[in-house]
Amino acid sequence: MGFLKKLFGSRAVVQELPMGSLTVNAQGNIVASTVSSNYSRALLSDVSREVLVIFREAREAQLPLAEISIHFGSLRVTARETRGGAIIFLMPQTALLPLPTSPK
Amino acid sequence: MEVRHKVLIVDDDADWLDVCREMLSQLPSKPEIRTVGAGARAIAQLDSQPFRLLICDLKMPKMDGLQVLSIVRRRFPDLRTVVLTSLEDEEFRSRAYSLGVDLFWLKPDMQQNSKMFLDCIESLLGKESETGNAGFRGIQSKSLMDIIQLECMSRNSTVLRITRGPLVAKIWIQDGELLDAQVGNVRGEAAFQKILAWKSGTFENLAAEPLHERTITRSINALLLETAQSIDESSDVAQTEMIEKADHRKTVWRLALLAAEGAEFVVTVPPEGQGKSEAWGAHNAEQLTGWTRRAADAIKRLGDRLEAGPVSHIAGASMERRLAMLPADDKLFLVAWPPETPENELLEKTKKLVASWDS
Repeated sequence: MGFLKKLFGSRAVVQELPMGSLTVNAQGNIVASTVSSNYSRALLSDVSREVLVIFREAREAQLPLAEISIHFGSLRVTARETRGGAIIFLMPQTALLPLPTSPK
Repeated sequence: MEVRHKVLIVDDDADWLDVCREMLSQLPSKPEIRTVGAGARAIAQLDSQPFRLLICDLKMPKMDGLQVLSIVRRRFPDLRTVVLTSLEDEEFRSRAYSLGVDLFWLKPDMQQNSKMFLDCIESLLGKESETGNAGFRGIQSKSLMDIIQLECMSRNSTVLRITRGPLVAKIWIQDGELLDAQVGNVRGEAAFQKILAWKSGTFENLAAEPLHERTITRSINALLLETAQSIDESSDVAQTEMIEKADHRKTVWRLALLAAEGAEFVVTVPPEGQGKSEAWGAHNAEQLTGWTRRAADAIKRLGDRLEAGPVSHIAGASMERRLAMLPADDKLFLVAWPPETPENELLEKTKKLVASWDS
């Protein structure tokens, strides 16, 4: 018993980048999500909280923002502030899907 | 006993993997070559045994090359990486280099310049000792002048392609002799001196062009000496009066640049404790500096949590303005643009402004 685990158990765990959208309320709680459930709720909550803090602090610095787009090497995080929180889009930046800002 | 290094090639095209395997088998060091067809398998292989070099395609289904490289950079910092792709796009080239790859090579070039490609791979495999002292990677502490001197002293033939933001320059070197230099519409010695005045940027070695027209006939040493003297003279502004004049000129230049480019304001933010931030066109500089630092910290935390690689830039929008935050020269630039600025021009406009900022 368990020989399959012996055969396949050593496979490396590769965390693929999250893809989808999160709707969060003003407290940073996730109201709706299309991101795979493989990603921990805690990770996605951290993302929501950081994004909301960026929006809030921008407002406090007299620089209110309706949208922010963070371009990482392999992921783009776009967040739009809504009346009751924010919608956050997580889009892996792959060679198959070049950035819309890339030169044509 | 001589150790055979292991090379891992990842590409979703099985035929191409065969071509690579055959080509790399000609390497003098006879490395052990493994091939895999997917990014996830490559990571699994790297986890299971030590490799010296990873050759990675960019365009692959599920997990593409940029994602693989982003993971590899974090998990296997000593692994040397080469991108081999058919995507002839400068953006991918700069994104790959920003992920720390050692070499970016186009597939058609690999077949046309196979000898040069193999030399590069052999060099990447060779620079190592078995004691774990892998030597130094990168040449961050070298100036462009040092690099050119090295190329010339080694009697190399190459084309140096130097990039500073949106500005691109080329220097042609043949058998250690300087043939030509070009930046924008300027060529020859004038271009060479202009390029050497750049304080930072990235460079790469392209294939030599022995038939390129020669416009520079003076010796490299004479030219370097003259350029170094003129740079020294221009930077020898010890007297307060000269510094004040220079500062004044810089301020006027920057405000003129701001107006000419149509930006609303620029704030430059150095790392905490490493100098003061500066602002042009902004009335609440302190608040903007504070927000820029805190946002950058939050974004770095996000990137670390998501394993998404380094931040290339941040864009923001509101009814009043568009914003771009860009890291450059150890500083963060926060640039505001009018709201009607097209989204697809925001980054290029900001890069251009930032590249010209200290000119």
